[in-house]
Amino acid sequence: MAAAHLPTTEFDQTDLDGSLEAAAEMAQGEPEAPMVQLLDAEGRRREDPTFGPYATDLDGEALKAFYRDMASVRRFDQEATALQRQGELALWVQLTGQEAAQIGSGRATAPQDYIFPTYREHGVALTRGVDMSELLKLFRGVANGGWDPTATNFHLYTLVLAAQVPHAVGYAMGIQRDQKMDAALAPAATVAYFGDGASSEGDVHESMVFAASYKAPVVFFCQNNHWAISVPFEVQSRIPLSNRAQGYGFPGIRVDGNDVIAVHAVTKWALERARAGEGPVLIEAFTYRLGAHTTADDPTKYRHSAEEDAWRAKDPLLRLEKYLRSEGLADDAFFAEVAEEGKQLAAYVRKATLEMANPDIRSAFANVYAQAHPLVEEETAWFEKYEAGFTDAEGENA
Amino acid sequence: MPTMTIAKAINEGLRAALGSEPKSLLMGEDIGDLGGVYRVTEGLKKEFGADRVVDSPLAESGIIGTCIGLALRGYRPIAEIQFDGFVFPGFNQITTQLAKMHARSDGQLTVPVVIRIPYGGGIGSVEHHSESPEALFAHTAGLRIITPSNPQDAYWMIQQAVECQDPVIVFEPKRRYWLKGEVDLEKPTSDPFSAHVLREGTDATVVAYGPLVPVALAAAKAAEEDGRSVEVIDLRSISPLDFDTVTASVEKTGRLVVAHEAPTFGGIGGEIAARISERAFYALEAPVIRVGGFHMPYPVARVEEHYLPDIDRILDALDRAMAY
Repeated sequence: MAAAHLPTTEFDQTDLDGSLEAAAEMAQGEPEAPMVQLLDAEGRRREDPTFGPYATDLDGEALKAFYRDMASVRRFDQEATALQRQGELALWVQLTGQEAAQIGSGRATAPQDYIFPTYREHGVALTRGVDMSELLKLFRGVANGGWDPTATNFHLYTLVLAAQVPHAVGYAMGIQRDQKMDAALAPAATVAYFGDGASSEGDVHESMVFAASYKAPVVFFCQNNHWAISVPFEVQSRIPLSNRAQGYGFPGIRVDGNDVIAVHAVTKWALERARAGEGPVLIEAFTYRLGAHTTADDPTKYRHSAEEDAWRAKDPLLRLEKYLRSEGLADDAFFAEVAEEGKQLAAYVRKATLEMANPDIRSAFANVYAQAHPLVEEETAWFEKYEAGFTDAEGENA
Repeated sequence: MPTMTIAKAINEGLRAALGSEPKSLLMGEDIGDLGGVYRVTEGLKKEFGADRVVDSPLAESGIIGTCIGLALRGYRPIAEIQFDGFVFPGFNQITTQLAKMHARSDGQLTVPVVIRIPYGGGIGSVEHHSESPEALFAHTAGLRIITPSNPQDAYWMIQQAVECQDPVIVFEPKRRYWLKGEVDLEKPTSDPFSAHVLREGTDATVVAYGPLVPVALAAAKAAEEDGRSVEVIDLRSISPLDFDTVTASVEKTGRLVVAHEAPTFGGIGGEIAARISERAFYALEAPVIRVGGFHMPYPVARVEEHYLPDIDRILDALDRAMAY
C-alpha cells in the first residue's frame, strides 16, 4: 500500500470536491496579506517601523503637492472621459481611484530613472512632466505614441499587456552596464507598471526571472485594481501578488494603493534599494478601479455597486483631504485653488485635443524603418502618384 | 584569404562586432561557456566577459524583450534563438514591439536589435528543429531579414546587421554551418540587403536563398549538361527583397523558378511570383514556378528527404518552365 503522502495515480473524488469547495470559497473573498499603510481611510496617520522613516521628510507642502497632483489628474480623467463621450476620442482609459498609487510612485522616481507604463498611467505621466494633452493623441487616433519618451524618461504607452515589462528589465540591465563603465553616472533604476490582469502574462514571469538572475535595478509596480475588465482578481491569483516575489527571490510588498504617503514611501525604499545594486522589488499597490476599464466597458454587468461604494469610502483624495484639514495644513482656499487649477488643466487639454492636426500618412511611410528601405520607397512613390491622379490642372483635389 | 566554415565565419563576425562596437552584446541560451548549441559563439564569453556574452534564462520572450530594453538604453543587442521552432515564444515581442517601436514613436526611438536564428532542415533532427519561418517575419513591416549562404557573406552580413539602425533577423542555414569557403577579412561584402547573381545564364533563372543556394547551383550545373543555361540568384535578403536584380534576370531569361525550404503557400516564392508577373509580364515565357515545402508541419527526419527541395525537384521545375 502506497504511503499517504505520495502522489497516487488513482483519481480521488473527494479531492475534486475539496477543490471545488475551495474555488467556491475563493470566489467569495480575496487573498489577504499584510499591507503597508501610513494614512488610513479616515485620514489618520499610521505607524510602520520599516516604511515610516521613508515618509518623515514629507512636510505639509509635499503632502499638499501630492493632493494637487491627484486632484489634477482626476480632473484630467473626467475631461478625457467627457471628450470621449462627445466623440472627440475613440476610447478613454480611466484611472479614477488609482491616483494615490500613481502619484505616490511617480513622485518617488528620480529624473534619471526610466518609466515603462502600461496605458492607464496618466498620473505617473503627470509626475514625469509629460504634456498631459499628448496622452490623448493615441486615443484621438493621431499618433500611436504621442510624446518624446526620451524627454521625460516616460516610455510610450504599451497596449499589449505586460510586453513593456521585459523592456524595463533590459533597460535596467543597460543601466547596470553603463554604471560599470562610468562610476560617476547617477545611480538609476527602471519602473515597470502593470496591473493584476497583466500579472498573469508570461512576460511578467520571464521578466522577474531575468531581473532576479541579474539583480537588475527594476521596480515592478503592480496596481492591483481588482478588475481585469470584467474578471475579478481572484481569477488571476490565489495568493496576494506580492507573495509571488518570494518565488523569484526578491522582496514583495503589498501597500495600500489608496494611501499616497505609503505608496511614496515604499516606492522610494524600493528605488533606493534598486539603485544601490540590491536588485528588484515587487510592489503590489492594493487599489481599485472606480471607473470602467475603458469608456467601452460597462461594469454594471459584472460587479455590484455595493463593492464600488465600499471602495469609494477608501478614496485616496478624500483621506488626504481629511488629514490635511485635521492637521491644519490646508484650508478651503487651498482646495478651491486646486479645483481651479484642475479646471485650467481640463480647459487646456480640451483645447489642445480639438486643435490636434491629423498626421500626414507620408510620415507613416517615413517611419517604418530608420534606414532607407526599397519597398517602402516604392510604395511611397506609388502613393504619391496615385494621389496626384486626383488633382486637376488647377492643382485642386478633385 | 583564410578558409573557414559558415559557423566560424559568424563567430569571427561576432568577434569583430564585439570588438569594434562597445555597446554590442550577445544574449541567448547556452551561448556562454558552451559557445551555443552549434558553437557559433565559442570563445566569445572568455574574450569579452559575461556582461557582453550573456547566458540568459531559458525564455525567448524574455530574451527579445530585454534586448528591446537594452536597445532603448543605447545598446546593440544580438540575440540568439536556439532553433527556428523556438522563436515563437518570442514572436509577440518581435512582431508587436520590436518591429513597431520606430514607427509608433514617430521615428524618435530606434531599436537596433539583431536576432540570430539557425533555421531549416536536413540535419535529421527532432520536431521544431528544422523549420523555415521566414515568411511570417517578412510579412511584418519594420523588420529586416537576411540569410547568408556562404562564409564570406556570413562574416560580413552579421556585422552589417549589428551596424543597422533597424531590427534585423539573421536566418542562419544550420545545415550549411560546416560549409567551407574563403573569407576576405579586409573587403566587406556588398550591401547586405541586395541579391547576388552567382551564376549567369540565358534560358532560365533560379532564385534561392540560405540552405538551398548550393542546391540551386548544383541543379544549374546539372542542367548545363542537358544544354540549358541557368542563371542562379542568391537573394541574401528576404526583407527588403531585391526585386530589381530578379527582374533584370527574368527580362534576360524569360523563365523563373523560386526555391525555398519553407512551404510554398503564402511564402516568399509566391511574393516573388506576384511581383515579377507585374514587373516583367511581357518578358515571361512561362509562369513563375515555386519549389518548396508542402503544406504540412515539417515531417519527421526519416522522411524529410521527400519534403526538402533537392536538385531533382529544381530540375523538374526547370523542365516544366522550359515546356511552355
